[in-house]
This record gives sequence, structure tokens and C-alpha cells, in this order.
Amino acid sequence: MKVENVIEVIELTKTFGDFTAVNAISFEVKKGEIFGFLGANGAGKTTAMKMLIGISKPSSGTAKVAGFDVFSQTESIKKNIGYMSQKFALYDDLTVKENITFFGGIYGLTRKKIKEKREQLVSELGLENISNKLVGSLPLGWKQKLSFSVSLLHEPKIVFLDEPTGGVDPITRRQFWEMIYKAADQGTTIFVTTHYMDEAEYCDRVSIMVEGKIEALDTPKKLKEQFKVDSMNQVFLKLARNIE
Amino acid sequence: MGISISNISKSYKKVKAVQNISFDVNPGELFGLIGPDGAGKTTIFRILTTLLIPDDGTAKVAGFDVVTDYKAIRKSVGYMPGRFSLYQDLTVEENLTFFATIFGTTIEENYDLIEDIYVQIEPFKDRRAGKLSGGMKQKLALCCALIHKPKVLFLDEPTTGVDPVSRKEFWEMLKRLQKKGITILVSTPYMDEAALCDRIALIQDGEILEIDTPEVIVNKFPKTIYNVGAHNRYKLIKTLQSYEHLYSVFPFGEFVHYTDKRDSFETVDLKSYLEKAGLTDIIIEVTQPNIEDAFMELAKK
Repeated sequence: MKVENVIEVIELTKTFGDFTAVNAISFEVKKGEIFGFLGANGAGKTTAMKMLIGISKPSSGTAKVAGFDVFSQTESIKKNIGYMSQKFALYDDLTVKENITFFGGIYGLTRKKIKEKREQLVSELGLENISNKLVGSLPLGWKQKLSFSVSLLHEPKIVFLDEPTGGVDPITRRQFWEMIYKAADQGTTIFVTTHYMDEAEYCDRVSIMVEGKIEALDTPKKLKEQFKVDSMNQVFLKLARNIE
Repeated sequence: MGISISNISKSYKKVKAVQNISFDVNPGELFGLIGPDGAGKTTIFRILTTLLIPDDGTAKVAGFDVVTDYKAIRKSVGYMPGRFSLYQDLTVEENLTFFATIFGTTIEENYDLIEDIYVQIEPFKDRRAGKLSGGMKQKLALCCALIHKPKVLFLDEPTTGVDPVSRKEFWEMLKRLQKKGITILVSTPYMDEAALCDRIALIQDGEILEIDTPEVIVNKFPKTIYNVGAHNRYKLIKTLQSYEHLYSVFPFGEFVHYTDKRDSFETVDLKSYLEKAGLTDIIIEVTQPNIEDAFMELAKK
């Protein structure tokens, strides 16, 4: 059985003047896969992610996301992906329900669908008692969980998560990962960056970028075997240190 | 001449930021405040650096009272806030000179203290601070906080959003500063950094859950923890969550950490339960708790 690739990247490159931020990276991500995209600060992760979500034009190479080309079909990409970053956390002065309605509208869902999704989401997250409260008054962990659910409203094929759990308490962080597993189990592809190396272990496969290049890409188990260490943290330290 | 806090409380309108907190940091100690965003860590820093007056309680830093002797404290402490707060339009060197001058000293006078950090950013000394990478900004901020040779150093989440390699380097720098006799209070949301401190306070929702050495906190963990693995992690978690004897289950690295309600039990029973649910490649083995396990157990109460 051939599993469908939802991201296909070949020799993707981005230069700014004479600086090469992303240097000919190639990889693919399968449907329903949890793909960890790791690297040190400044390694080129954010630049690469911006090209994949259609907001930065690559200098060379090719990439298809959800079947669409990153050069010519960026609008179709945006309709077929979800995106959540650590900083963007919905509208603080709208209520939980209003945020869901607003983003449902932005994604072009019908009123009926929005209503259905809103009820489903509020009950799944256990937000019944606070669904009319302003999002700004919620604890960070709840905001992040809500933000993730909102990024899935339009049932995207892929969701991009940029450090979704930074600063979140350990229990909420794990509840967040349960939501990720659930979405992946239902066939949504997850593309996630994180600085928590234990979270790297939760991914099906992990890539590690060093100075613009992908220096390692495999399952956490195989990466640990390859570098002869016990944890992803040691894999990461070994890779980044060896380059220096 | 460390830090002494007794019964400090502070509220912002309706929000109780910290409630009746007490702890001491010994001279020369590397002490960690460990907790998530919103736990009250920054409020404690702001009170100790005399930028905020507590509603209740007293605190002393380097022997001075935070309310009555605030001027003396400002001369004897270094503070690196969570948000980058140097002058973006000044160069690296100008920022450092500025902070030295404000404190009535020169870069040369205390250069030995910052040397091994400053040499890493010296090649960029003519670059504006706003144009530095995250890691370099952090090193410059640390230099500026040290340039007047403080007795006590306050670092509010210095490693948040920083990759594991730079984080490791930063902690190595802190250890070297500690050897030079500086008392350090550092906060972090990364539980793995807790193990690098002499003592830690676990803090959540404005209250301290526990204060002790990392080893003692981990050893106090009341349950036996099992690493459980199977071919499908999501299904494994869901299946364990509906197990009648479950106490807790959390994803942890490549396994999940499982604890049982019973004082002792046969792992074969758990294994056959998981097998009946259709899971394969099952692994169940005893493992050691870590700070994160301890934090989650304490936070539940």
C-alpha cells in the first residue's frame, strides 16, 4: 500500500543577499505523520516553514504542500493548511465562541458548519462554562489548546505548529500532545517545531537542521542508534557541536 | 548575604500573582524558580529587584530590605529581565559602556568577570544590539547585568525559546559565575534545567509547591513509575486512561510514564489488558522519576 505524501520538498533553497538561510533541503512527509522539524536558533527552520506555508518565495528548488506548488499555488496552500505559532494566540478581546466563529468565517465555512464545529470544539475541550469569556482571561495552556483546535477548524490536510508548547506547564503540554496524536490518528499531518527534546521523541520522524541544511532525518529510535546515544537531546547536542 | 523572603504576597487588581511566599537563597547558591508561564516568577523577580512593592511580607537581598533600602539593592544586584531590554540602537560596545558608566565603573575594571562571555560577542562589538541573533543578545544582556560586579544576579527565564545547545552553554556560564562567588536566582520553564541548580522552588499559580535540592524532590516521589511502550502511542494512552487501576499516564520521551493506584501489582496483568485491547510490541519496565514527574504530582494536589 502506498502512503500518500502530503509534503514533497526537493532541493529547496532560500538566499538573502549572499547569505543562504536554507540550503537545498529535501524531504517528504506522509499523510497522518507527526513530523518534527528541529534545529538550533538561526538554523533556518522558520525560513523553511515560511516557504512551505506559502508566505515566502523560495530562491530555487521545488516543493509541493497538500498537492500544491509553493511558487504558483500559494493561495491554495493557505486554504489547505492550518498554522499555529507560539505568539499568535487568537483575539484576546473576543470570547471563545466569537473567536471560533470569526476564524470559521475566515476559512469560508458555512454558518451551519461553524455552529456544528463550535459546539463540538467547546465540548471536546471542556470549555462549556467559559465559552462566553474573553480569550484574554484564559490561562496560557487553554489558549494554546484552543488555538490548536481553531487551526484545525477547516479540516486542513496539514497543520504547521511553530513551538506550540513554549512556556506551558508540563501537564498541559502533555494534554496538548494528546490532541496532536488524536489529530494525526484521524489522518491530519502534523509538522511541528519544538525546543523540548522529549517532544522530539513523540514524533514519528524528526529532521534536524544545522546551518541551513538537514543534517539528520529519521525516526527518533534510528537517530539514537545512528549517533549511539540514549536520548534525542544527545543527538541534537552531538550534531550541533560536531559542526563547530 | 543571599536572599531572604518571608510571607510575600502581591496582587494585581483581582489576580493574586504570588501568595504568601517564603524562601531563602544562601550566599553563593545557584537557586532555581521552576514553573510555567503565569506562575508568579516575574513578580518575585520584580519585588526582589525593587521594581515592585509587595502588598504583604518582607524581603532582603544582599542584607538590604527591598522597600527601605532599595537604593543599596540596586547597586548590588544584576538583573536580566525575560524580555530583551537593552538599547537596540546602541552597538554592543556602547550598551556595555553605558551600563558600566551608570554604575560608576568601567568595562576594564570588572573585565575578568565577563571576559569569557564577552569574547564570544566581541567580534560584533560595533553591531547594533537590535541586529544581533537571539543567542548573542542573551550574552550581551548577561554582560550588562554583570558589569558592576553584583553580589546577587537575577535571571528571569534567560533560556526561554533558546535551543538546547545554546541553553547548555548558558548554564555552563552560570556555573562559572557561581564559582566566582555570585549568588544566582534563575527562573525557567524547562524542567530539565532544574537538575542543574543547587536547590529549587517549584512554583505554580503564585504558590510554592516544594523547595529542596532536585535529588530530594525526585526521591520524595511517592509512586513507582513504569515506562510503557507499544506500537501505537495514541491508542496506548487512550487504553491506559480507561484502565481501572490507573493513577496517572503521561507521555515521556519514547515511552509513557504510568503509575498504578495499587501499592504493588503484577505487570503481566497490565500487559494482558493492553494485549486484549489490540496493542502490540508492549514494553513495561520500572523507571526513575524526574523533576517533571514530581512537578506534575505536586501540581495535581
